[in-house]
Amino acid sequence: MTNDNAPMIEPVIKMREVSKFYGDFRALKAVNLDVAQGERMVICGPSGSGKSTLIRCINRLEAHESGQINVNGVELTDDSASHDKIRGAVGMVFQQFNLFPHLTVLENLTLGPRRVLGLSDKEADERAMTYLERVRIPDQADKFPRQLSGGQQQRVAIARALCMESKILLFDEPTSALDPEMIAEVLDVMTELASSGMTMIVVTHEMGFARKVADTMVFMDQGEIVEIGPPDQVFTAPKSQRFATFLKQILQH
Amino acid sequence: MKCIALFASLLLLTGCSGNWGWYVVDPTTPKGIINLKFMLSGMYYTILLSVTAISISVIVGLLVALPGLSEKKGWRRFNRTYVEIVRAVPILVLILWVYYGLPALSGITLNVFWAGVLALALSDSAFQAEIFRGGIQSIARGQYEAAKSVSLNYHDTMRYVILPQAIRRILPALGNQLVYMLKMSSLVSVIGMQELTRKANELSVSEYRPLEIYTVLVLEYLVLILVVSAFVRRLERKMQASEA
Ligand SMILES: Nc1ncnc2c1ncn2[C@@H]1O[C@H](COP(=O)(O)OP(=O)(O)O)[C@@H](O)[C@H]1O
Ligand SMILES: [Mg+2]
Repeated sequence: MTNDNAPMIEPVIKMREVSKFYGDFRALKAVNLDVAQGERMVICGPSGSGKSTLIRCINRLEAHESGQINVNGVELTDDSASHDKIRGAVGMVFQQFNLFPHLTVLENLTLGPRRVLGLSDKEADERAMTYLERVRIPDQADKFPRQLSGGQQQRVAIARALCMESKILLFDEPTSALDPEMIAEVLDVMTELASSGMTMIVVTHEMGFARKVADTMVFMDQGEIVEIGPPDQVFTAPKSQRFATFLKQILQH
Repeated sequence: MKCIALFASLLLLTGCSGNWGWYVVDPTTPKGIINLKFMLSGMYYTILLSVTAISISVIVGLLVALPGLSEKKGWRRFNRTYVEIVRAVPILVLILWVYYGLPALSGITLNVFWAGVLALALSDSAFQAEIFRGGIQSIARGQYEAAKSVSLNYHDTMRYVILPQAIRRILPALGNQLVYMLKMSSLVSVIGMQELTRKANELSVSEYRPLEIYTVLVLEYLVLILVVSAFVRRLERKMQASEA
């Protein structure tokens, strides 16, 4: 399922000529992107190239100025009803985890299911424990986020997103804030998720992960998608000089 | 507590010089006990007035703070206008205006207690609004984004994510405000509220011993406020401990 041989079914995310400005600065320049149901997409690119902006436009953490974004059949407009619908279909994992520090791990996970999905306390707890087991930290349920390591906190954040059982998961550099020895435990969890059929868009510079799980590799630079294709294709024969240079740089480090 | 002991012993020493008429508040004489009881009976209204007023001002303050954080200019302007106007009026003037002016304007007559509560709460609400606004603003943007990512609406985001964190941060400031309120409640004595200061005023008029009586008044406020401060500090420590 790649962008080149267009999927038969309607894409679950469709971006058309999407532009985003911060003041006069154009962070996204008429971006076009399709993501199919179940597709695993990895986005890379130099810092400031617009990767975060792109995925944050998908769940309306940022508002785009022009172009169309259609998520799960809903067009994103200024109408907040469309934001609510889309956020219900899209979960997100942040670079800085953004856990709720005053709540226990379990409470972090159950807040959304209880308040938004209307689950009973018991149902929400059961669901939370299921996903905590999935990210392999069921024993930390009653701790506060600050009592956990960075890797554990990020796994809690992933479990929190999973608890909403949304169709699409966005990851914004989920391992960039982690100490090196904790990166693997988070990537392992994500790799496992990838094999479960979840639609995932992951901004990361972890090329090993990209090779292993990505259906589609996207390279962004200066607010544009410069290169897009299956990883074995774009890694072995990058079409653009910019991507080739970028690859050389990050593989050196 | 040490400083109270020091202060008290200092008074006793000077009291022995003969210029002081400590008999008016001497707890070993029946007269002194009656007078002391009279003075202490003002404690009830000082506390009731302050606690009622601050409960209201916290709620009003929060309701004024929220529009101050809005993306809409009109809401923010409402917040600024409220805060600037209310802060500009001296509390004593506000008390007089609410008690004597408001009935003429609106036809609503408030008794002394509720006029005092209203004036104190109104005055304090501007400060509470600023405290809440600062506290809420200090919460990182990532918390709002995380709340959005699990689809929480504005109300739930505030109720379960932002305010619990903000309140922990502003607790010391809220404690200060309570102490401030306990002191400002003395101004309500001017309209006849039977709180600590009014009791002292009345006693001093009948006994002609202002120095001794107002000294006892100072001690009353000192003890009250030290006790309240200690209580607030303990609460802060407890909240910090529950978070760790
Ligand atoms: N809130 C903002 N205000 C102004 N400029 C911003 C803001 N967010 C991002 N930018 C700018 O937009 C560009 C793209 O940012 P971003 O999407 O975060 O890049 P990336 O995630 O690829 O590092 C950068 O030049 C950044 O400085
Ligand atoms: Mg980024």
